[in-house]
Parts: sequence; structure tokens; C-alpha cells
Amino acid sequence: MGVDLFNTFILLLLVAAALTALRARDLITASVVFGVYSFLMCLLWAEMGAVDVAFTEATVGAGVSTVVMVATIFNLKRKSSD
Amino acid sequence: MKLLSLVPVVAVGGLLLFAAQDFPEWGDPASPASTSPVSSHFIQSTGVDTEVPNMVTAVLADYRGFDTMFETVVVFIAGMAVLAILKSSGRRKGKREHEVEAEPDLIVTNTVRLIVPVIQIFAFYVLAHGHVSPGGGFQGGVVMGASFILVALAWDLEVALARFSAEKCILVAALGIVLYGGIGFLSMLLGGEFLDYAELEKVLPVSREMARYHAMLGVEIGVGFTVTAIIFALYANLSTEGRLKGGL
Repeated sequence: MGVDLFNTFILLLLVAAALTALRARDLITASVVFGVYSFLMCLLWAEMGAVDVAFTEATVGAGVSTVVMVATIFNLKRKSSD
Repeated sequence: MKLLSLVPVVAVGGLLLFAAQDFPEWGDPASPASTSPVSSHFIQSTGVDTEVPNMVTAVLADYRGFDTMFETVVVFIAGMAVLAILKSSGRRKGKREHEVEAEPDLIVTNTVRLIVPVIQIFAFYVLAHGHVSPGGGFQGGVVMGASFILVALAWDLEVALARFSAEKCILVAALGIVLYGGIGFLSMLLGGEFLDYAELEKVLPVSREMARYHAMLGVEIGVGFTVTAIIFALYANLSTEGRLKGGL
């Protein structure tokens, strides 16, 4: 029961994070929310026992790829045009 | 146009959800992945063959070491491609639009000063303890590379490059692959096949099982070298469009 509740909570947050990342006008906001999405995936994997995958997701997905995306966005126009 | 593009998106999404019904339950012992003879073979023989408790690392670095070696090569080539593209495009442009001139923040720099040694020791732990607990060369390398990125974010890219220059990045990245391939060729020279670590018992004072255990640490260090250097080189080049000057 507790695990189900945890999973449902994380999955709802995942959907919210995914929609926010898509809808955000500011690209920096979108990439930071994308980092949140990665971290939620990491929590889900850790909960399912795939700790190696969770570790990789936490370091690469939530950590470095967010930084690389932000670094790239600083060299672009910040606002999305659509 | 947006509404029209929604049609295939919803259709494919619905199809995926429909297909997901056929997935086995999570942790189902009767699922194909659990009943396949491959899984039970690795679960039963990893500890006996290699004395490595973490089966994921044993499969990645030993049983399918050939794949992992070329995954490392893929990381290396991807990094080199980014470097090559940005090196040629970066020189043309002058100053960027969002150039910010600011002194490094006192609180930020002092926090980074305190936290970077801890991050780097943790990276070594993740790398060296990868056989026993989750982790390994890739994760350890990313954590190590991130510590250099943190220095570059807190001060300036020049401060980080003074500690780990761009030329050194390429050298260390190549060294990692040479280390991995070298262990493979060494086991070939000693009479086995490529990456057949058990043959290393002839040069190491340990049993065949422990030779595989220690060789796995060796190749993980190689992966760690490559990933550390490429992660930092990627950040350094992407954040400055290949000019390697100034921070964000």
C-alpha cells in the first residue's frame, strides 16, 4: 500500500513535470524542470531496485545534462518563439 | 497545424498504452526475463566466476566487456566531434550577447571550496567500490567531471582549465581507452582471448577469479578517465562556443 501510494505520487509529479517542461516559455525553466523530471525517474528506479540505473540517471540526467543544457541555452536566445 | 500534429501523437500514445497491457507485472517471477536461462546463468555463476557481488558491474565490465569498451569509444568520439565542430565555429564570432562581468561570489566560492574535495573523494569511492555496491567507472567519472564543472561555475572557466586543461582532457580521455584496450590486449598476450581477464592471473599474484575481479577495477578506471575528461571538455566547449574563455 505504502509503495503504491509512493509510486502514484511520483508518477503524478512526473506528468506534472513533463507538462511544465513542455509549456514553459523560458528555456532555462524548461531545462531545470527537465532535471526535476530526471530526478523523479531516478527515485522510481531506486524504488524498483535498479539502483545502478538510478545512480546513472541522478548523475547524468539530473546533474550533468541539466548543466550542459543551461550552458548551451546561455549561448542562444532565451525565449522560445512559438 | 498544431491540432493536426496532435492526431499522430495521440494515436501513437494510445498504441503504446495499449501495448503496455502485455507487459509482465513488476517483479513477476514468471516473466520471460526471469525465466530465461541467461538470467539464471548470470545469477548463479557471477559470484563463482568472478567473486564480484554486484552482478550489474560484472556483466557490464566482464561478460560483455567488449560492448562496454566500444561504448567508451562512442563517448570519446562524441566528445571529439563536439570539440571539433565548436573549435571551427567559435573563432568567427566576437563577444556574446549575454556576456556578464562579475566578481566570483564569496558564499558560492567558499561553499564550492568545501564541497569539491568531498565530491571528488566520493567519485573515487563510486569508481573503486563499483563491484561491491552500485556504481562504477561511468558514474564515478561523471561525478568527477561534475566537480570540475562546479569549479568552472563558481569562479570562471579559466580557473577550472588551469587545473584540468583542454589538452589534458583529450589526453586523459584517450588514455582511458588505451587502458581499457591495453588490459584486453594484455590478456590476449598471456594466451587468452581479447578481454579474457582470467589470464591475468599469470602476472597478478591472485587466483583466476580474483584476477577477473581486479581487471574489472582496471577497466572501470579506464572508463572513469574517459568519462571525466569528456564531460568536462563538453561543458567547457559548449558554455563558451569553443573559445574556452570566460564563464557563463
